[in-house]
Amino acid sequence: MLKVTAGSDVAVSGRSVITAARGSAYETKTSRSVALLIRLRTVRLPVTASAAPGASLCFSVVLCVPGGLPGQTGSRFSGFLSVFSGSQRRCLPRAGAPRAACSGRWSGFMCGWEPRREPPHPANPRDAVEAGELRPLYMDFQATTPMDPRVLDAMLPYQVNFYGNPHSRTHAYGWESEGAMERARKQQVADLIAADPREIIFTSGATESNNMAIKGVARFYRAKKRHVITTQTEHKCVLDSCRVLEAEGFDVTYLPVQKNGLVDLELLERSIRPDTSLVSVMAVNNEIGVKQPIKEIGRLCRSKGVFFHTDAAQAVGKIPLNVTASNIDLMSISGHKIYGPKGVGALYVRRRPRVRLEPLQNGGGQERGLRSGTVPTPLAVGLGAACLIAQQEMQYDHHRVSMLANRLVQKIMLELPDVVMNGDPEQRYPGCVNLSFAYVEGESLLMALKDVALSSGSACTSASLEPSYVLRAIGADEDLAHSSIRFGIGRFTTEEEVDYTAEKCIQQVTRLREMSPLWEMVQEGINLKSINWTQH
Amino acid sequence: MAASTSAQVISLYRMLLRESKKFPAYNYRTYALRRVRDAFRANRNVNDPKAVERLMEEGEQTLALLQRQVSIGKMYETQKTILEEKTPR
Repeated sequence: MLKVTAGSDVAVSGRSVITAARGSAYETKTSRSVALLIRLRTVRLPVTASAAPGASLCFSVVLCVPGGLPGQTGSRFSGFLSVFSGSQRRCLPRAGAPRAACSGRWSGFMCGWEPRREPPHPANPRDAVEAGELRPLYMDFQATTPMDPRVLDAMLPYQVNFYGNPHSRTHAYGWESEGAMERARKQQVADLIAADPREIIFTSGATESNNMAIKGVARFYRAKKRHVITTQTEHKCVLDSCRVLEAEGFDVTYLPVQKNGLVDLELLERSIRPDTSLVSVMAVNNEIGVKQPIKEIGRLCRSKGVFFHTDAAQAVGKIPLNVTASNIDLMSISGHKIYGPKGVGALYVRRRPRVRLEPLQNGGGQERGLRSGTVPTPLAVGLGAACLIAQQEMQYDHHRVSMLANRLVQKIMLELPDVVMNGDPEQRYPGCVNLSFAYVEGESLLMALKDVALSSGSACTSASLEPSYVLRAIGADEDLAHSSIRFGIGRFTTEEEVDYTAEKCIQQVTRLREMSPLWEMVQEGINLKSINWTQH
Repeated sequence: MAASTSAQVISLYRMLLRESKKFPAYNYRTYALRRVRDAFRANRNVNDPKAVERLMEEGEQTLALLQRQVSIGKMYETQKTILEEKTPR
């Protein structure tokens, strides 16, 4: 496998690592990264990288590899290369870049990309206001949502005057907090999913809820049941919890999904064993927005006597969910995905038939002993208010989000060829639009679209250049997985924002494609699949 | 209490819109305006005096909420978004 360390061979950066891609695993560990394409034709070029430090401009990077790349006899090189590098400072060639090394023959050049501008981080937000800086538009509602003013309004009293510990039973300060917490639990969170209030456990967020559900159930029933089923497209916290279980000696089946991102019910049925304790399938995927057949999975699990956990962080409050009708035994809820506060979530744990779990956290025995620790009253009230509003606004929001999503997709698809929408076109939550722009590198596009806050996948993995594992699980080609962008639309998105995003997107994709050698070849009628890449 | 007259309803509607316009944050402002308009439009044909009374009460509460949240928003104002620069209000 081809591997070039940049310090010696490439004028791109001091610490970057170049790794050959295409059919082979990435071997880089650098976090922030940019993939660039190498022109297939051998071209002779001078060093064209020139940029004043701090400037944001487009430039070409030249590979200067004397006598060819290591491990190669000749200097001619063709292949699909990715340069992984860090922040702008690291991307820009230093003044003293090893020019001497440039005397060899050129192997090719990389096509354009703009280094990410150092994000302005004013210590005080007011400085930015005074400086007259503008904020980008927010189109990443899957990562987090702004808090609804109505939620903040409900929370504020509990941040100032009602500060009692909700578990204090001896005085009025405790009672008023307890009252508010129980109201949130009952009338708001429980009602939204048609549960009993005693089945709601407040946690710190969906990650904790998922950990609690998966590890808790598996560990409680470990004497008899040693098998857990999940899917390959779950959120990292589910997959990681399963990894921990594997290390503890449990068997975990990671079900593949179909091309459209949905679970194959027959395969699921076949995978359930007599010693399976839990099936965990997310309700709405955070990257591609597909809606799993929760009802059918619930019915199947109930008939087999297996507990069914669903990570509904992206689904609660956006699509109707009913734990009884869908036979859901455990469900994770997150506050900050439904216009509530960050740092709070909930876990639904069914009482009849009873689901038992081993707590992760031990202590004062709050939340029926399942989650010790003082419940943060203001956050619980905020989650409650967010759930209440979500219930009232669900239809209105859904209608609007669908309209905006259609508007975005149609505008882009109409103007640009070779755009693929990832995930099932029907079974989806419309607010999560994941598009692959063929022949355009997703990271480059994100950088070009710096006026719009977007991401190529989940926020947890947005630091790495690895193509999204979700997209790979649905069988997207490596190139398409690299060129995907997730547009998140929510309650506060406006028509103008959607139009601006679509317009910018069309403009930048066109520009990047014009620079792309692959796009040029496709226009010339060359089938990229037929090319014999020499580097494997 | 007597049923609200249409004049009262219109007055509340105007006050809600006026308050919504004061939100410094672009997304909250546009949402508040849109939500108020859509809510009044959706309930345009409500004739039952009791229902009207209930809706009016709800509207009064929303107005108070808007006033509180607008003042909070003004305390922690941030940069304008790209869009606001393009289409100055």
